[in-house]
Amino acid sequence: MENYSIYVPKLITKKENFAPGHRACIGCGEALAVRLAFKAIGQNVIVINATGCVEIFTSQLPYTSWRVPWIHTLFENTAAVASGIEAARKAMIRKGVIKDTNTKIVAIAGDGGTIDIGLQALSGAMERGHDFLYICFDNEAYMNTGIQRSSATPFGASTTTSPAGKSSFGQFAWKKDMPAIAVAHNIPYVATACPSYPFDLMEKVKKGLEVKGPAYIQVLSVCPTGWGCAADLSIKVGRLAVKTGIFPLYEVENGKYKMSIDFPGLRPITEYMSLQKRFRHLKPKMLEQIQQKVIEKYEELKEKAAACEYNCQTVLED
Amino acid sequence: MSQRVGIEVSIALAEAVKMANADVIAAYPITPQTHIVEHLAELVADGELDAEYIPVESEHSAMSACMGSSAAGARTFTATAGQGLELMHEALFVASAMRLPVVMSVVNRALSAPISVWGDHSDVMACRDTGWIQIFTENGQEVVDNTLCAFRIAEDNSVLLPIMVHLDGFHLSHVIEPILMPEQRYVDAFLPLNKYPLPLDPAKPVAMGDFAPPSIYTEMKWAQEKNLQKSKDTILKVWEEFNGIFGRQYKPVESYRCDDAKILLLTMGSYSETAMTTIDKMRNKGYKENVGLLRLRLWRPFPHDELREAIKNADVLIVLDRALSFGGLNGPVCMEIKAALYNEAIRPKVVSFVGGLGGRDITVADFEEIITRGIDIARNGSEQEFEMFGVRE
Amino acid sequence: MGKSENELTWKELEVGGIVTEPGNASQYKTGDWRSQRPTYDFNKCLKCGICQIYCPEGCVNQNNQGYFEADLYYCKGCGICSRECPTFVITMKEEE
Repeated sequence: MENYSIYVPKLITKKENFAPGHRACIGCGEALAVRLAFKAIGQNVIVINATGCVEIFTSQLPYTSWRVPWIHTLFENTAAVASGIEAARKAMIRKGVIKDTNTKIVAIAGDGGTIDIGLQALSGAMERGHDFLYICFDNEAYMNTGIQRSSATPFGASTTTSPAGKSSFGQFAWKKDMPAIAVAHNIPYVATACPSYPFDLMEKVKKGLEVKGPAYIQVLSVCPTGWGCAADLSIKVGRLAVKTGIFPLYEVENGKYKMSIDFPGLRPITEYMSLQKRFRHLKPKMLEQIQQKVIEKYEELKEKAAACEYNCQTVLED
Repeated sequence: MSQRVGIEVSIALAEAVKMANADVIAAYPITPQTHIVEHLAELVADGELDAEYIPVESEHSAMSACMGSSAAGARTFTATAGQGLELMHEALFVASAMRLPVVMSVVNRALSAPISVWGDHSDVMACRDTGWIQIFTENGQEVVDNTLCAFRIAEDNSVLLPIMVHLDGFHLSHVIEPILMPEQRYVDAFLPLNKYPLPLDPAKPVAMGDFAPPSIYTEMKWAQEKNLQKSKDTILKVWEEFNGIFGRQYKPVESYRCDDAKILLLTMGSYSETAMTTIDKMRNKGYKENVGLLRLRLWRPFPHDELREAIKNADVLIVLDRALSFGGLNGPVCMEIKAALYNEAIRPKVVSFVGGLGGRDITVADFEEIITRGIDIARNGSEQEFEMFGVRE
Repeated sequence: MGKSENELTWKELEVGGIVTEPGNASQYKTGDWRSQRPTYDFNKCLKCGICQIYCPEGCVNQNNQGYFEADLYYCKGCGICSRECPTFVITMKEEE
């Protein structure tokens, strides 16, 4: 762990807006990501939650893990529900029905609920410019229904609907670049984060909250159950996703790209993949192909950041 | 207290939403609903209605935004038609189960395929079991009045249910009618501010939309059903109060010249106006049987008691459906009515017609044919469970 | 503690099933899921709180001496705290 940050945890609020007693799997990276995000968000918020793991493991009648106002309606409409809440408060504040408390609107969903079935509603809400933060907790498949592939599932991963077999190497498409889609909506803030880098994640969530207009953050959330890794490796696997360049951490503020962390050399992807059952079937040739693509994409991203005349800062060192 | 104006029904409806001082309108354009939402957008743009108009990217998002708005405590309105209502379908169940008092005008339209923008009741019948209160209207006045009543009923804390106010596409939505537009101060007296009991508010956090294991799902659904059944009391009370202020009375089942009628026709929506003319005509020319008309206004919750009362002296009840229940016994309304009457000791013969699909007119002469043919079927039988009126063989 | 999902009648449910007691899931014991428990050698502890930061349950709290320790009512025994502790304070031991 990074030495300089050893005493930083003490600066973080002890207040948990997300109560223990939730029913997430053992070692759930998404539960951790949600917990950290809502430490950063605080209590002056209304949460809109898509159907999915988080919704299920934090809500079972007559209980709730949430200590902030929370609503779940359906799977694909989270951004639309958020639009309605934002507009309602705007109108009611203007008409003097409620006080202006600067309450934040935060929509949360998984990768399926965001990048597949929820994409239209999200695109609409971003295009209309509602003042809200949307966080996609990306665990790279439909985990809640039993590890089916989504368009966020990485190339080569074996899932229950993209199983590796005699005539299949697993997921046949490259992960959809959702942050780029969000950027294409010309929204003020887009970022990627991972709970293995908790302070970076919390900083970004705070930034996303503060900007006027839509903000989109995609948080890689390690899923020991779906990825086939040991529960205690959740943090390490997330860290390796970043250090291999598979899930780079960056921000796009008003269209300007900026790397959050850069490494002199990327770790080989096998360090990341060998810890997970979902990649275990991949042959060396395939791994080489993936490695090439990862480097290519990473370089592309760095070029974008360089073109934005930002210095790539080494925020966290190895 | 009211001013009579010649106005397009869609525009009058939008003006009623303005008088209700809606906070949020989220809508997606679809023929024949467009004039309503265009006029609302205009009212907001001109600063005549202080509301947020959300031009959503689909009807699914329209209903979703409405649910969010309503859960935040705002007075919320939307309008749709046909395919739009079906795209909302999934969300309709959620709005009612979560007890979110959204008011929606449904400009009834036929369903694809083949695509048709014209009116019938296929869209509403497919949404029968969504848990919404559903009110049918026959003319522009009823549209305006019931839109105002809908907010009052939906938001009543003993009800807290979403409401669909149905009006027929084109035949009603696009016609210009003389309508008594209520004065704002009387509307204000009739319609208090929306006070949703547990809105989303950081000052008092609540969780809405928890998931239910089998051990509690049944209780949730029964509570919802009991509440919808009970809402009829409030609907009746609100209609009575409305009558007290505006002098127009609405009932779940409206009877027209039924007192001595042994032959009853039952219709819903704007075709009822034509049917009334037919009843007058047949009676005026001394038709051998006494004919009358029942107009079913309240579709959900279904007014079983009022219906049983209304038909108790009839020998024949002829039901015109403007939708098919594919592979079913009769039209959907007729099936419901038969079920309501089955256990009655004395009941009329019930005859089922389906007609007026995809905007096809049913004229006064057509209704006369339906009535005479219906009597014939009731007395002599038919080879078919129901007849498709006017179909070319 | 209110009635559980097995006891509530339909008349006792809040409008639309709204839950009005924030965070009442904290009544739910997830400690039963555990197959291994964290044990501590506090002599090595720097009180840095990294174990608390990385706990998916949010069940690590400071005890009277200021050491961070998991609340076994909730701790599912994932072992993240043990894996991430920079001074190797925490050892996971099989539950009996």
